[in-house]
Amino acid sequence: MADENATVLLECRKVSKLFNDEGNTQAVLKAIRDGVGKDEIQSKLGTVVGVREASFKVHQGEFFVIMGLSGSGKSTLIRTLIRLIEPTDGEIIIDGEDVTKLSEDGMRKVRRNKVAMVFQHYGLLPHKTVLENAEYGLKTRGISWKERREKAQSAIDRVGLSGWESYRPSALSGGMQQRVGLARALSHDPAILLMDEPFSGLDPIVRRQMQQEFGRLQNEEDLTTILVTHDLDEALMLGDRIAIMRDGEIIQIATPDQLVTNPADDYVASFVEGASPARFMVARSVMSDDPLTARDGDSAESAVEMMRERKIWSTFIVDGGNKVQGVMSWETIQRLAQSGGTLHLGTGARKPVTCDSETPIDELFPLVLNTRHPVAVVDDQGTLQGMITKNMLLEALAHDIDYDEEDPESKPDLVASEVETSNQPSNEVTSV
Amino acid sequence: MFNEFPETIEIDLRTRVNDAISWLLDNFGGVFDFIATVIRTVLLNLEDAITWLPWPLVLGLIALLAWTATRSPLNTVVLTGLMVMIGMFGYYDLAMITLAIIIAAVLISFIIGLPIGILAAQSDKADAVIRPLLDGAQTMPAFVYLIPALMFFGLGRVPAVIATVTYAVPPLIRLTNLGIRTVTQSAIEAATAYGATPRQILRDVQLPLALPTIMAGVNQTTMMALAMVVIASMIGAEGLGQEVLLAINRIDPGRGFEAGLCIVALAVIIDRITQGFADQYKESIS
Repeated sequence: MADENATVLLECRKVSKLFNDEGNTQAVLKAIRDGVGKDEIQSKLGTVVGVREASFKVHQGEFFVIMGLSGSGKSTLIRTLIRLIEPTDGEIIIDGEDVTKLSEDGMRKVRRNKVAMVFQHYGLLPHKTVLENAEYGLKTRGISWKERREKAQSAIDRVGLSGWESYRPSALSGGMQQRVGLARALSHDPAILLMDEPFSGLDPIVRRQMQQEFGRLQNEEDLTTILVTHDLDEALMLGDRIAIMRDGEIIQIATPDQLVTNPADDYVASFVEGASPARFMVARSVMSDDPLTARDGDSAESAVEMMRERKIWSTFIVDGGNKVQGVMSWETIQRLAQSGGTLHLGTGARKPVTCDSETPIDELFPLVLNTRHPVAVVDDQGTLQGMITKNMLLEALAHDIDYDEEDPESKPDLVASEVETSNQPSNEVTSV
Repeated sequence: MFNEFPETIEIDLRTRVNDAISWLLDNFGGVFDFIATVIRTVLLNLEDAITWLPWPLVLGLIALLAWTATRSPLNTVVLTGLMVMIGMFGYYDLAMITLAIIIAAVLISFIIGLPIGILAAQSDKADAVIRPLLDGAQTMPAFVYLIPALMFFGLGRVPAVIATVTYAVPPLIRLTNLGIRTVTQSAIEAATAYGATPRQILRDVQLPLALPTIMAGVNQTTMMALAMVVIASMIGAEGLGQEVLLAINRIDPGRGFEAGLCIVALAVIIDRITQGFADQYKESIS
């Protein structure tokens, strides 16, 4: 997961691409700035707006997905990034350099040295072998034969095609041909990897397998990737952030969980409607970022008050740096309070179950179900970021339930009743 | 009064064409001499090489090529048998001379036709100019090509090769153009994305992928060259064509039939072998 402070490797600033715009480019661009709709521009000026003022940033190590239906301009947009299709307007900054200002020759240097692309229809050279295809990018770059072979071979090994080096692409299945396409991109060692619907042409089982393998590669090799897809599952599974496109326009850029829980408009909502949150939600999107905490040495009385108030029946014991040291149950704390004591790690605190903020929800289930306390969400230093109780998980899943529209109160009721029953100390599911 | 077309609006094209040819000859005689020398050298060396080969070796070579190209025992036997038939008719030497002219003509057609085809494929303007010229060249009666060839290069094998090239080159240009234009866009786009220059794209992608079509063009050019060789014998091309011509002059249909059959046999041998190689390549890239 890339963080916001990472270097921006690619930035699009109001990139537009018009088709059939001879003679009225400026008029159309003005109409776009004035907010005239795509259909109106097309009927009045005869110009097709392929991409409309697309702006986004892609950070080092990020997996950025551009998603939209066919005709939404997503494939056009990814091609304008390296000017396979010439953008009409806007700036594209790759590694600090505005490539829209470059000459043909300058653009070729960027293509040779900074980016690599994987295509839906593979784009392999049928008369060359797998190895020769994998080294093609290095060949245009002018790398020596020996180095080329080594890098191409290593890329072939990484995509799992060892042993197929001397075959022609026609001898390979679709999935394997796309691996060659991927090997060609990886051998190029690109700063940014561009992928145009790389898995769309594959049959479902191979597609799923390739997506998973690629997700793993992306993490292992710390790639920066821009992927275009029409497949929501693929976008949610792979993307750190997803840009949704419609009619040439980016209408929302968000993380997968934001997208599903907080769609920008009805279009995005209908798009993500079928997505089950359980498939992609992570601890961060489920947790409460206001966990119940107490310091070592605090009075048990005040802790009891807090727990009653928030109806949460466990308290995390943290140190001055908000690092989790233990967790104490309602019974223990109440006993201490009755004797007027204070909270100590030695007085019945347990070691809490922890996870990090990116833990996927399906891994959270066993963690949450196997402890009577909330699960502590911590960063890699052990600092407490939030907590997840059983009913928080249920609440997250409840987003997926189709509520009766006649009765808008049904949702809160359901959640409330779950809270009442599941977290009462008398109603423990399991013990540590 | 409309029975006679008025002589007052007559255009005298023939004088102008003749004048133009004389003018070219007077001013660029050296160029034509140079072209003639090059072609003659190529032709003589080819002929020497081919006629130097012992006939059993030629038969062996045909058998080997036929086998490698078609992988069919039947084809190998039939194609080699056709060459044996030519020998049994007593036309082995003349067939070798014809073969030398064909090879020279196809070689020159390739050297001229390929770049023109590439140009036509890469520029729509060039295509718009070249296309009608090719249409014209292909509808023009083959005999017409003999006249300027004769005027520029006199009698003999050199003008025969020139006339043959002029007649045979259009399909090669057309199919090179077509082949390059129909190369799948995805391969070109991929090469572009990896920073290939237009020259690299031509060399690495367009030409190799257009090769089956270009080879079909070479095949057609070869067939047309074989047809033209008979006509070119009128201006002094030796070989099988001359035999046909002689047979016509002497009203000797049997002799003409024999020579004609040998030309057909030669055509079949060349066609099957080149087609076989083309198919193999096509198979390997699709």
